[in-house]
Amino acid sequence: MPAASFLLACDAVLLATAMAAIAFGRVEGAHRAVYGTALVVSTAIAAVALGYLLTAGGVPSDTWLPLGLPWLGADFRVDPLAAFFLVVVGAGGAAAGLYGLGYGSHESAPHRVLPFFPAFLAGMNLVVLAADAFTFLLCWEFMSLASWALVMAHHREEGNARAGYVYLVMAGFGTMALLLAFGLLAGAGGDYGFDAIRAAQRPAFVPTLVLVLMLLGAGSKAGLVPLHVWLPLAHPAAPSHVSALMSGVMTKVAIYGFVRVVFDLLGTPAWWSGIVVLVLGAVTAVLGILHALMERDLKRLLAYSTIENVGVVFICLGLALAFQASGMGAAAALALTAALFHVLNHSLFKSLLFFGAGAVLSATGHRDMERLGGLIHRMPQTSVAFLVGCVAIAALPPFNGFVSEWLAFQAILQSPQVPQWGLRIIVPAVGGLLALAAALAAACFVRAFGITFLGRPRSDAAATAHEVDRWSLAAMLALAVGCLLAGILPGLVIDALAPVTLALLGERMPAQAGLDWLSIVPIAAGRSSYNPLLVFVFIVASAALAVAVAHRLGSRALRRGPAWGCGFPDPGPVAQYSAGSFAQPLRRVFGTLLFRARERVEMPAPGSVAPARFTLEMHDLVWDRLYMPIASGIGFAADRLNRLQFLTIRRYLSLVFVSLVALLLVLALWP
Amino acid sequence: MGGLGFDVAHMLAGGLVMISFTMLYQDRLSAVIHVYALHAVVLSLSVAWQAFIQEAPHLYITAAISLVFKAIIVPTALHRIVRRLGIHREVETVVGIGPTMLAGMGLVALSMVLMLRVTPGADALAREDLAFALSVLLLGLLMMVTRRNAVSQVIGFMSLENGLVLAATGAKGMPLVVEISVAFSILIAFIVIGVFLFRIRERFDTVDVGALDHFRGERR
Repeated sequence: MPAASFLLACDAVLLATAMAAIAFGRVEGAHRAVYGTALVVSTAIAAVALGYLLTAGGVPSDTWLPLGLPWLGADFRVDPLAAFFLVVVGAGGAAAGLYGLGYGSHESAPHRVLPFFPAFLAGMNLVVLAADAFTFLLCWEFMSLASWALVMAHHREEGNARAGYVYLVMAGFGTMALLLAFGLLAGAGGDYGFDAIRAAQRPAFVPTLVLVLMLLGAGSKAGLVPLHVWLPLAHPAAPSHVSALMSGVMTKVAIYGFVRVVFDLLGTPAWWSGIVVLVLGAVTAVLGILHALMERDLKRLLAYSTIENVGVVFICLGLALAFQASGMGAAAALALTAALFHVLNHSLFKSLLFFGAGAVLSATGHRDMERLGGLIHRMPQTSVAFLVGCVAIAALPPFNGFVSEWLAFQAILQSPQVPQWGLRIIVPAVGGLLALAAALAAACFVRAFGITFLGRPRSDAAATAHEVDRWSLAAMLALAVGCLLAGILPGLVIDALAPVTLALLGERMPAQAGLDWLSIVPIAAGRSSYNPLLVFVFIVASAALAVAVAHRLGSRALRRGPAWGCGFPDPGPVAQYSAGSFAQPLRRVFGTLLFRARERVEMPAPGSVAPARFTLEMHDLVWDRLYMPIASGIGFAADRLNRLQFLTIRRYLSLVFVSLVALLLVLALWP
Repeated sequence: MGGLGFDVAHMLAGGLVMISFTMLYQDRLSAVIHVYALHAVVLSLSVAWQAFIQEAPHLYITAAISLVFKAIIVPTALHRIVRRLGIHREVETVVGIGPTMLAGMGLVALSMVLMLRVTPGADALAREDLAFALSVLLLGLLMMVTRRNAVSQVIGFMSLENGLVLAATGAKGMPLVVEISVAFSILIAFIVIGVFLFRIRERFDTVDVGALDHFRGERR
């Protein structure tokens, strides 16, 4: 059976599961059947796609189905790019299925989640498999709507209905941009197959317009600033395993759409198109992580961090575009590999972190970090897995986040060889912003882990939390192992990505398989190399040594005494460092300008027994300056146009008549 | 043949425009329906003439359809409706006769200028025919806009449709299928609107569409 047919059959199974879940969603234990099927099928998808990626040598596998428009049908194709993203989607889906086996039993409204979960998975797979524009857009909308239904699963909770509304508006806007982009790509001839689009000749302005439309369409789904506003609302609103899928996987499907169109269908880009993508990516990365730093809600923090990582991926994609336009194939392959590697990494650790947040949520009922704390004692395994995710996303060796960001910086260091002066100036600046974002991410996740898991519990729920079930733990530990493996064996990943860059750019990074001691060499041995195994062994050895020395030299006696409260008379849990206080220095540095953060302290008059008050005011400028004017403009126009709804029949006729005569007049007077 | 054929076709189409003006001028319902019947007769003559000079015998069927349906059945039925409703003496126009006629003249001038400009390549007969057809169409629309009574709006709509038929038959090669479907759609529209009229009548004791607006709670 060819790979494409097998993958389509898998998706058919997922869709059938979704149909069955509509009927049996309320039955006791239905969640086990649904999530079990999702786990098995997604694992099969990931395995087949990985096998294709490693063995097929870039030969595409096609399937045609008589679905959709009559006489056109639907084309599906597996090529290296699609296979790589299928691995990401499959792995994310399998992990979410495994996690859902345990987490799903806490679900209060399973009939609102179970039918849409497999449908959402199938939608994402089909977007990646589609090989004509019509099928692509159809599956894209299907994916959007299925995820919207999941966002609205708990629609009575405060804010979820608004999140769903904003998401629906942004998804509709994005699809409209994609529709226009594909319309331009297909041209007047109107052949919507990807092969025909690839071969078509276009006027000079079309690639520019398509790039802008793709940035709007795919960017709104991926969360590029300033189209990111729906993401921190919608992702946390869904159940946690779905949040993991939306953040970890669906944003990747959006990136797939961008790569497919811009690198594959559009042909060689203009050199400045790289600049646009680079700058957008850099702004997205920095703003996303700054938002995350200020956030108290654990799941919203993770959603904002997704925006940052999408920014990192887009920086790499912009570099690849710039290098490709300048004819630097090897550097472009390096940048694209870094982008795709980061896609894989982010799907691993962001799913892991959302699972961790879901575990905390189900154990304590809180997402607000100011009510958590001390969970490392109550949930040791969850906290270890979460710590791995934090270290990985903070780009610290030996985990996978470090490798992809290191590759990104290697690509940035290639910029002095670019012929255009504009790029030579901008790329290092973007590199500086990327470094800033990486450092802020480290601070952000120190804060996330420290406030949530360390210290003393800030609420009774946190003090009495229990470790979650073993299915959820298994999913988190599997992803943690995945993060470690991808971090220690990056050469394997880079070599697996070679067919993708070969297919898209005609170049690949040097083969890493034959190098000694599993080190990776992105360009040449003399330039730079990284040996994750060595770093890992060094970290483990030095840590073990330090522990051994501490235990040998220190006293073994266990003493428990009162904590030093800095001289504060009542050192209760509220006196600890809080999420807000941890972020305060960075808020004062960046937030004053970027978020209009204003702190106000109201001291009671001397002698008064009233408490002192501290209030913090922050604004999302993108929301205030961009979306509110648009919304109020639409509201104003709607109010004015509302009158048109209540005219008499004769007035409607007169409107038609007057507009007809006016058009005829224009036609008659047109020079 | 060419000279005579052109002249007669020109005369009949021009006659349709003139009858449209007459219809605009009428302010009593039964007179409007009479004029509409005349309109349909002249249309069927014009179509028959086109059938003769284009040597397209299927257009005779079109002519017969428009004679039977539009000149006989529909006006008779409308007369009955008007009499049953007891509104055959009602006079209701929104805009005065004078301004309406002036607007109609403007519309005819507009359609002449427009059609002669945009069809320099077509043969003279088709150009004149299209120009007249557009005039008839616009005058029908003008009638719908300037009348308040539902019956006269229906008649305006049907005279508009006569303009469409004139245009379609003026161009060579128009298939009969389309004509039949158009005729039936008009008949259906008539039935629907007739039923609609009775409904309005039953509910509100008037066919003044202003009553609908009143019912919706809005000012006119």
